[in-house]
Amino acid sequence: MTESAAQSLSGATTRERHPLRAIPAADWAAALESAAKEVFGVEWEEQLARFIVFLRRRISGEYSVDEYGFDRELTQRFLLAVLRPIKEKWFRVEVRGIENIPTDGGALIVSNHSGTIPMDGLMTMVSIHDELGRDLRPLGADLVFRMPIVGNIARKAGATLACSEDAERMLRNGELVGVWPEGFKGIGKPYSERYKLQRFGRGGFVSSALRTGVPIVPLSVVGAEEIYPLVGNIPALAKVLGVPYLPITPFFPLLGPLGLIPLPSKWLIEFGEPIRTDAYDASEADDPMLVFNVTDQVRETIQQTLYRLLGERASVFG
Amino acid sequence: MIGVDVAPPRGDIGKVGFVRADIRNPVIAKVIAKEEVDTVVHLSVIATPGTTGGRSTMKELNVIGTMQLLAACQTAPSLRQVVVKSTTQVYGASSRDPAMFTESMEPRRTPSSGYARDVADIESYVRGFARRRPDVAVTVLRCANVLGPNVVSPIASHFRRSVVPNVLGFDPRLQFLHEQDLYGVLEHSVRTGVPGTFNVAGDGVLTHSQVARRLQRMTVPIPEPLFGLARFGGGEYPAELRALLTYGRGVDTTRMRSLLGFEPRYTTAETVVDFADSVMPSPNRADRALAALESRLTGASGD
Repeated sequence: MTESAAQSLSGATTRERHPLRAIPAADWAAALESAAKEVFGVEWEEQLARFIVFLRRRISGEYSVDEYGFDRELTQRFLLAVLRPIKEKWFRVEVRGIENIPTDGGALIVSNHSGTIPMDGLMTMVSIHDELGRDLRPLGADLVFRMPIVGNIARKAGATLACSEDAERMLRNGELVGVWPEGFKGIGKPYSERYKLQRFGRGGFVSSALRTGVPIVPLSVVGAEEIYPLVGNIPALAKVLGVPYLPITPFFPLLGPLGLIPLPSKWLIEFGEPIRTDAYDASEADDPMLVFNVTDQVRETIQQTLYRLLGERASVFG
Repeated sequence: MIGVDVAPPRGDIGKVGFVRADIRNPVIAKVIAKEEVDTVVHLSVIATPGTTGGRSTMKELNVIGTMQLLAACQTAPSLRQVVVKSTTQVYGASSRDPAMFTESMEPRRTPSSGYARDVADIESYVRGFARRRPDVAVTVLRCANVLGPNVVSPIASHFRRSVVPNVLGFDPRLQFLHEQDLYGVLEHSVRTGVPGTFNVAGDGVLTHSQVARRLQRMTVPIPEPLFGLARFGGGEYPAELRALLTYGRGVDTTRMRSLLGFEPRYTTAETVVDFADSVMPSPNRADRALAALESRLTGASGD
């Protein structure tokens, strides 16, 4: 029967129809509408209209950045939105002592630093934004701002260079400033030295707090040490590339891009009681002994809290 | 009031007298002495070698010219006031910069060549002059990049291009001073005679991408090492402009308001709006398509 059918068609010419032409326009519209409902919900028209207003504002450049280059809209709608599920589902960050951060006015958050890449800083940003509604303004090393893309994102996210001029300017303007005084020594330390605080710089952050009279809030982060256990380093290659360290973790570079997925450790972050600096005179910021003492006090507080939190955590991945 | 330039003025300059002279030449001293000048406004700092014929001529005009002019000023007994137009480029632009430079801050890297070096030299000569003639009020105005419908400068021609190159992975902060505000601040300084060094810039900062978007310009990212090599069809990108387009710069203008008492009429954003009128708009298809979609949606949801 198929043969006879083929025979009867043999005289006719066939042409393949374009696949899209088979579907009428109305079907397309219906499909798009249901897709829009799927993505934006039942009120999809208003949602989409709002989204387009946002998109137009971005395309026409009619948004504002502050003098440090902080793009609040972009940070809240994109960066924090991307980081939030990582914070809640992957690391299951538990935030404690959020009441120790002043709800307004300048304050300096001082934190330990670990994890090969500054994931702890990002998680702290999301946590403070979600729990308190304030924007954390991180201070970064100049290497961050020398790197293309990274430096650009850092400024858009509210970071600025870790120097006394910027720190004091921000604190005077009542910003919540974050600083990681261990710097690359902390973030790039081997896994065997986890939770051992490195030297706290030269105490420049204490001078800035003393000069502006803002409280110092010690922050202890447990969990970031285990996300990329740093078991090796290639100092020679790092030197060639002009970076402070080149990490080797159990999975990187062994598994290639897969090795970039952080291990899902359980995070506890605790803001300690603020250390007030307004009792001191601003001129005392130049007293090295006082600066060393306050630096030590902050460092000890964080170190002790880290040990306590480690005891409270059931297991690394608990 | 007399104007001094190497080229005669184009068009009517009103009641202003004109002397054709070169400030590299001691003739300038005779002009100042003969006319019993009481105020000197030094504008003659050129930013690009383009029109002057080479870098060495430019350096000579900038540095030697200023030395010659200040030498003439030093011996002029009638002199009461000197106003020098400098630029915020003295602060340089690098990854180690603080976000906002105040007048007391030094550049993180001392410029070794080019225009920025010239300006640094000029400012140090002016400081020396101020020390030797304490009876003369010396005002140094560090102006941000001047922009406006009539401005011809490397950064203005950069943004007038139909396709604007940007440094890959960087989005520098920029500050502008409207051309009208430049005249305004010069006039204000001459009238009030407040001595000192002042940053002068419009309020607020814009990123490079914001400026390009507001001017409806398409941008093409070019890696930083290549940015210096190519000249992109006639565009001029001297070292200090490349640094600015990579790292950006911001200056604090508190002293301009509180001490100098000057308030610019245009913010940085308004300067860009005014500049945009002189720029040929490009067809912005993406925005028009979105606008059409938006009006249809809002129309539909109203039913």
